[in-house]
Amino acid sequence: MSSETNQILTTDGIPLEVSLKKAERKNKIKAFLLVAPLLFFLIITYVFPIGDMLFRSVDDKMVTQMLPKTFKAMENWDGQELPEEEVFAAFHEDFIKLVEDKREGKLSTQLNYTKNGFKSIIKKLRRKSKSFEEGNYKEQIMSVHKRWADVEYWRAIKRRAPEFTSQKYLKGIDMYKNQEGKIVSVSEDRRIHRVLWLRTLEIAFFVTVFCFLMAYPIAHLLATLPMKYSNLLMICVLLPFWTSLLVRTASWMILLQQQGIVNDFFVGIGLVADDNRPEMMYNKTGSYVAMTQILLPFMVLPLYSVMKTISPSLMRAGKSLGGTPFVAFWKVYFPLTIPGIGAGCLLVFILAIGYYITPALVGGASGTLISNQIAFHMKSTLDWSFASAMGLMLLSGVLVIYWLYNKIVGIDNIKLG
Amino acid sequence: MASKKDFVKFDKVDKSYDGKVLVVKDLQLDIAEGEFITMLGPSGSGKTTCLMMLAGFETPTNGEIYLDGKAISSIPPHKRGIGMVFQNYALFPHMTVYENLAFPLRVRKIPKDEADKKIDKALSMVSLQGFAARMPGQLSGGQQQRVAVARSLVFDPQLVLMDEPLGALDKNLRESMQYEIKHIHESIGVTVVYVTHDQSEALTMSNRIAVFNDGKVQQLSSPDELYEKPVNSFVAEFIGENNTFGGEVSDISGGKCKVKLANAEILANPISVKGKGERTTVSLRPERALINPSTKMDNLHKGKIEEVIYHGDHTRVRINLLGNPEFILKVPNSSSNLDIKLGNEINIGWNSDDARALDPK
Repeated sequence: MSSETNQILTTDGIPLEVSLKKAERKNKIKAFLLVAPLLFFLIITYVFPIGDMLFRSVDDKMVTQMLPKTFKAMENWDGQELPEEEVFAAFHEDFIKLVEDKREGKLSTQLNYTKNGFKSIIKKLRRKSKSFEEGNYKEQIMSVHKRWADVEYWRAIKRRAPEFTSQKYLKGIDMYKNQEGKIVSVSEDRRIHRVLWLRTLEIAFFVTVFCFLMAYPIAHLLATLPMKYSNLLMICVLLPFWTSLLVRTASWMILLQQQGIVNDFFVGIGLVADDNRPEMMYNKTGSYVAMTQILLPFMVLPLYSVMKTISPSLMRAGKSLGGTPFVAFWKVYFPLTIPGIGAGCLLVFILAIGYYITPALVGGASGTLISNQIAFHMKSTLDWSFASAMGLMLLSGVLVIYWLYNKIVGIDNIKLG
Repeated sequence: MASKKDFVKFDKVDKSYDGKVLVVKDLQLDIAEGEFITMLGPSGSGKTTCLMMLAGFETPTNGEIYLDGKAISSIPPHKRGIGMVFQNYALFPHMTVYENLAFPLRVRKIPKDEADKKIDKALSMVSLQGFAARMPGQLSGGQQQRVAVARSLVFDPQLVLMDEPLGALDKNLRESMQYEIKHIHESIGVTVVYVTHDQSEALTMSNRIAVFNDGKVQQLSSPDELYEKPVNSFVAEFIGENNTFGGEVSDISGGKCKVKLANAEILANPISVKGKGERTTVSLRPERALINPSTKMDNLHKGKIEEVIYHGDHTRVRINLLGNPEFILKVPNSSSNLDIKLGNEINIGWNSDDARALDPK
């Protein structure tokens, strides 16, 4: 059959496809123009800054650009013994230039991330370098401080030569590249991040479980009660939702502290002795209690919206066909609520894994999460590249969970409202 | 099989939801084994409540329901062994047709090969062989309804309840499903209690019909008796079309009574009037009145044609007769020689036996 007979023409003789595209083009342009402002807004305020922050986590150009000659001279150094005079001379040259630009402070900060102890010896080097004589820089630099004569510190400098680095990511899981370039764990007593990651997962997991256990009956009540009661209950669920997060966390502090209302009540009913009040705040318990309460609506609402669509006659049908109330619930009702459970759990887990204010206020030392560590590096140490590295790791974790969920339950099975 | 006369028995059942209004009042109803009985009535008349009490989803406020001689008020729904078809089908949307039908068999721990046989039989009964693997969402409304019927029968219950099962279907499908359900009932002899507000559905399917209104059974009888011999004016109004005259009994003798209207007197059949001076509503089916009757009829009056509506197989004529401007006549289209024109005066006649003097409205 020739292609001509295959092609369907309009009454005017134009191929149908061409005609259809032409007719739809105008609508497509209109639709694009409608979303264009939001698209640009998102690119400028969301995609661009986040991309920039993520790039920072691997970007290591700063040191590379500050010590260009040193790194060139180091190319031939095997890193076994102290480098040759040539490297010291190049380092001196780079350093003098940095001092002129008043940038040696930044260098000391950067090198200090790689190895502690650079700050003071660079300060000292700056002072002494003013009286350096020409030639034999190796001797002169080594005499400034004994660390300058330590090959470890020169290896640390060399590790900063590449423009891109994975060291922030390794640091995020308490690992580093040693002198031989192998990836190893830091010593036992300095592993802080792994504990935090595990604790974050643990708290997020249990908060999700607690939220689910509490939200399921509430959502079921909401969906089945007569309108006038369910409206009231809905307001009770939503009221905390409309209250500031800080206010809610602060009220948990009032409730949970050792001289707080809950403890007073326990003492009042004789559950605990007055001089032995349990600590319910500034530890994991505080994080669990406050986060579960705060995230509860995120579980209730998707569950409610799904349960609302389940006809009560399905449970009746299950019972009339001979299923006990439990069988009718487990075989008929429960499977139908899975889309809501999935949505609620995913929502709560993802929110919990990145939770920040509440654990910071009521979590204490043992109840803080990885996001508190990220905030700490953003605000206190100003190691933004490390903060963004951890942020990206958190994001990838969430994406992995999302992917797993999609594999197991199917993302089209999710129902948010 | 010797059928029991009171297989299901409602004994002085009252039901109230709020403690103020009785939705079912003193219900006394016996259903024989193998019978197809329909509870018919307007919405809010208590018919669905009765069905729910029988199924076990509502408990009677007073009185007792007996199933096969046993009081069932304290038996939970899942132990009653009653099949039920719901208004919106209530198929389990996450299970295939096969799994839907297997549900009642699995909870009864029936072995798989036996269960498969029963499911095959039930599906062929509703002519849905080959649909076992489909999800309910992939079926049309009529097919879903048939699956629901099959599911309610697959575990061989002695009693099946149907709660307006055809309400969501379109007219043609509804009619063919009526026959299908009727045939299934006839072939397997199960007792069916059917709830509907559609009188034609009730008339075509049932052995007996219980007309509900205001929480009470107004009349319980076979379809033809219900139509031909309504015992009160509610039933007469609710079932089929009806012409009424309101008046006062002026004489009653020899199985006939005279009813005095505003400006005339008619002869009627005294059903619920006892003596002179009682108020009454006389009910007359439109097809029982004739234009220019050839045979002698003991009621013959003149009326003026107000409206003529063509209905294909018949013509409806609205006549102002004896002070009732809404008197309807059905004229078959074969009798074309009649002079039916707007504004004409015509003679209308009917037998006093067909004019039933019932309680006043």
